[in-house]
Amino acid sequence: MELIPALYIILPLLGAFLIPIVGHFVKGFQKTLSVLITLFLVVYSVWFYVVGYDAPAVTKVGGWEAVKGIPIAIYLVYDGLSAFILLTVNLIAFLSTFYAMGYIKRFTAENNFYALLCLMIAGMNGVVLSGDIFNIYVFLEIAVIASYALVAFGTEKRELEASFKYQVLGGIASLLILFAVGLLYWQTQTLNLADISAILQYEDQSTALIFTEVLLIVGFGLKAAMIPFHAWLPDAHSSAPSPISAMLSGVLIKAVGVYALIRLFFNIFTITYELTLVIIVLGTLSMVIGVLLAIGQWDLKRLLAYHSISQMGYVVIGVGIGMMIIFEDGNRTVAALSIAGGLFHLINHAVFKGLLFLDAGAIEYLAGTRNLKELGGLSRKMPVTSSTSLGASMAISGVPPFNGFFSKLLIIIAAVRAEFYLLAALAVFVNFVTLGSFMKFIRYAFFNLKESGVSLIKLRLPFSMKFSMITMVILCVLMSLMVFPFFREILLNPAVDVLMNTGEYASKIIGS
Amino acid sequence: MTVYIMCFILFLVGLYGVLTRRNMIKIVIGFSIMEFSCFLFLAMIGYIENGLAPILKEEMENPVYVDPLPQAMVLTAIVIGLATTALLLAIAIRIYKKYGTFDIRKVNELKG
Repeated sequence: MELIPALYIILPLLGAFLIPIVGHFVKGFQKTLSVLITLFLVVYSVWFYVVGYDAPAVTKVGGWEAVKGIPIAIYLVYDGLSAFILLTVNLIAFLSTFYAMGYIKRFTAENNFYALLCLMIAGMNGVVLSGDIFNIYVFLEIAVIASYALVAFGTEKRELEASFKYQVLGGIASLLILFAVGLLYWQTQTLNLADISAILQYEDQSTALIFTEVLLIVGFGLKAAMIPFHAWLPDAHSSAPSPISAMLSGVLIKAVGVYALIRLFFNIFTITYELTLVIIVLGTLSMVIGVLLAIGQWDLKRLLAYHSISQMGYVVIGVGIGMMIIFEDGNRTVAALSIAGGLFHLINHAVFKGLLFLDAGAIEYLAGTRNLKELGGLSRKMPVTSSTSLGASMAISGVPPFNGFFSKLLIIIAAVRAEFYLLAALAVFVNFVTLGSFMKFIRYAFFNLKESGVSLIKLRLPFSMKFSMITMVILCVLMSLMVFPFFREILLNPAVDVLMNTGEYASKIIGS
Repeated sequence: MTVYIMCFILFLVGLYGVLTRRNMIKIVIGFSIMEFSCFLFLAMIGYIENGLAPILKEEMENPVYVDPLPQAMVLTAIVIGLATTALLLAIAIRIYKKYGTFDIRKVNELKG
């Protein structure tokens, strides 16, 4: 079987197109098709991890070959990093879609929901695969416009307000990115990422280039909700329907925010000291302030949303420390360890935060509220939800043997070995605050018995919801295996190699 | 160079509108101004002094064409901008139906 990267974009787009038309006439079509598409993409990703492929696999859309070494076609690039993020995106997409089969019955427009979900998946896969900066912008807009609509899906007061806020801030971010794309084209006369990278290697840091980099950091930082740019995230992620919250927090901020930042600043631009410092500072601020803001929250989904900001901070500092060591030409093993920790935490966060949002959805589904003060004593009534929540809470707060422990450990060890002692201490401190915050969630939701007790509005969870939750908690444990050399070799190392050999991206892709 | 700076000033005018206006429709208008300043910038970077429209004709020798790629980008970006603006306005109208006002200060259910 040959690897066709375009399938990751074509299939969900086809689904998004067919669902509103055919789903109107055939009952159950929308669920079956979207679950089948996402399941196929997960299997497809895993399959190529097992059998291997020639990295990087480049598809030239339209079949236009490069003329005199100048790429003409739009490139789709499937390399180690893309493969890793695609696996994360499609895994969470599959589990969320499967969960939605039972959950979304309470909304009326099911066809629109699944169509928008497929559109969002197509957009995210597109961003991750694209080897062309304008194409990244286009797919990013596809993904975020679908997510604006999905946040407002409940069409109640809160949802609409959150969606408006999200749209205005997200729109500003998109325009900053478009402006930066224009500036880049002005300076390099090309849009192809590999070509831009090859041209920028021989140029000095001009003022225009620094301005472009700043615009890109602000633009993608807004999309990734790094701390000074985080205002929209708690509203948007807590107002969306739960499977969508899991998608937004689990993968959207990573695929369109952090992935794009990492790809651009490692492989395209030359790494500079100032840039690295900005990225590390943004990561540290997100990590610390995010968790401090989460302490006072009583709305379960808002609490989880603030923790997303904090956990993304870990990913960014992991990658940022690696970037700093590469810039200083330091110990490459430590740099690789740090980047591996960051990427490992990225996939871990997708799984456990996705699971926590699905649990929040299950609590809301059965108890009708997600205010922690009104909940209590649910552990007997909801055994599946309470045990999976406990697992996910331990994973996010770094309790062994769950996956969160190992990724945080890798980041902290790398920080100590790179002599960022303050960062390591802050990472440990934030981890303890996270632990406290999740103990509060577990206690108030599941154990704190009240005299009246919370009365359930429904008695049983549908099978699809239970299935997704149990699968994810099993994944939370199984993914700890990635810390061992064999699995690390297969899953993490190809992605880390792409980032470690910063200059190779251009030569490999133009040469192909 | 002046035209590019003017273009950026237009961007900042739109940003000022988005940040300071209280009326949601005016926020959307400010947003559109930002959008169009971007389109203007993209169209201008492809412009070449005395350049012709990029259509190949046989009788001309060594013609100077303007760069067609930014024009294609602008067309794509305009379509995306249309979708964003339409969605923003649709949400604004739904908010008006729920809250009975376009004033962003009175739309404040979410806090914290």
